[in-house]
Amino acid sequence: MVLKRLIPCLDVDRGRVVKGTNFVDIRDAGDPVELAVHYDREGADEIVFLDITASHEGRETIVDLARRTAADVFVPFTIGGGIRSVADAQAVLDAGADKVAINSAALARPELIGELAEVFGAQCVVVAIDARAREGEGAGWDVYVQGGRKLVEGADAVEWAAEAAARGAGEILLTSMDRDGTKDGYDLELTRAVSDRVPIPVIASGGVGELSHLAEGILEGGADAVLVASILHYGDSTIAEAKRSMAEAGIPVRTAA
Amino acid sequence: MAPVSAPRPRITVVDYGMGNLRSASKALEHVGADVVVSGDGEVVAAADAIVLPGVGAFPEAMRQIEARGLATPIRERVSAGAPLLGICLGMQLLFESSEEHGGAEGLGLLEGRVDALRAKGLKLPHIGWSPVLPGRESALTSTLDPAGEPFYFVHSFVARPAERNLIATSEHGEEFAAIVGDGRVFGTQFHPEKSSTAGLEMLASFVSIATPAEVA
Repeated sequence: MVLKRLIPCLDVDRGRVVKGTNFVDIRDAGDPVELAVHYDREGADEIVFLDITASHEGRETIVDLARRTAADVFVPFTIGGGIRSVADAQAVLDAGADKVAINSAALARPELIGELAEVFGAQCVVVAIDARAREGEGAGWDVYVQGGRKLVEGADAVEWAAEAAARGAGEILLTSMDRDGTKDGYDLELTRAVSDRVPIPVIASGGVGELSHLAEGILEGGADAVLVASILHYGDSTIAEAKRSMAEAGIPVRTAA
Repeated sequence: MAPVSAPRPRITVVDYGMGNLRSASKALEHVGADVVVSGDGEVVAAADAIVLPGVGAFPEAMRQIEARGLATPIRERVSAGAPLLGICLGMQLLFESSEEHGGAEGLGLLEGRVDALRAKGLKLPHIGWSPVLPGRESALTSTLDPAGEPFYFVHSFVARPAERNLIATSEHGEEFAAIVGDGRVFGTQFHPEKSSTAGLEMLASFVSIATPAEVA
């Protein structure tokens, strides 16, 4: 039996956590490694770092981030942002990361998914998709890149997820741009549409405002894992509380020791 | 975890060119070991204890181990009583043979063979946290909850050990060997270095087993 996963996500800009935090055991609220250590100890099943650094120079910090994380964090972790080639992925995986997440680079050149899967194995390759409900007729979800700033003409999120899986992705990290930041819960219809379509695990993301949303993402959305950010970062809830709420909904999870 | 005053065992993490060794090394250091990462047969031959990690395919791993002259020093250190922990593919390599990718002979330190996990329609590879249930007591599993605890797995193949070498099991379509051992040779199908507190406690148990005073 594989347990369902709870995954804190940290947005990182030039080596610093974007949304500051204020936990008692954290000395430097902006240090992504300290925050990841905190979440590991609390019972996080994995950690995802998304590097949103705009400048090219700043991106060198992600390899350093992977090295420092591997020294102190003892759950699997994923690094996304700025990975455009096998060499980019090799650098962060050699530094100790377990998986890489690719988004814009995969849409620009879908062959990248297969290249990464060939070299590192599908289990290392997470394809991140930012989706937004399509306006008007022809229901569905559009795909956006560049941090949600740019629409990919003609792309459909469910179809793209299916293609990514066929090309060798090991997981889909699916973010609803409509829900991101709203605290209204995951886009369950989107999550269900993608998880019904692909044979690989789907990580639901975007919109968690209360703990009951986590179980919904899994039970109604069909997700294998749920990504959380602000409700943890701002201390509204702890990992233990989140796990408890999932367990109480009948979902098999790893409870913190 | 070993007391601070205890001698720190020097553990050699065997580098045979496959997979990420950094996580395993850092986790062992975290629980009090001095870690040497080496692919040099002479270094392995002098190890207090050996950790054999590994990600990838069994036949290629054995080719790399043989090409680097590592199989003999590993077997000799084990015969001399040095503890060994194989992790994931490193555990599978301890057995006599595998059917993966056309098949290959293993190190033959444990009786049994390796073949595909019969997942019965569940997803392969088996990736994620799954409960591990101890079947009997061992020095490696002294901290393991008798009711079972989850550990992190990434694999498609499993070892079929002799019954007496089976320490703990997990389940994914079928029950399979999660921890094996014979004397001071141990193997985990999961990644203790990625299994948070439960994994670190198990590595600490291995470090305790590996304290230099106990090595012949």
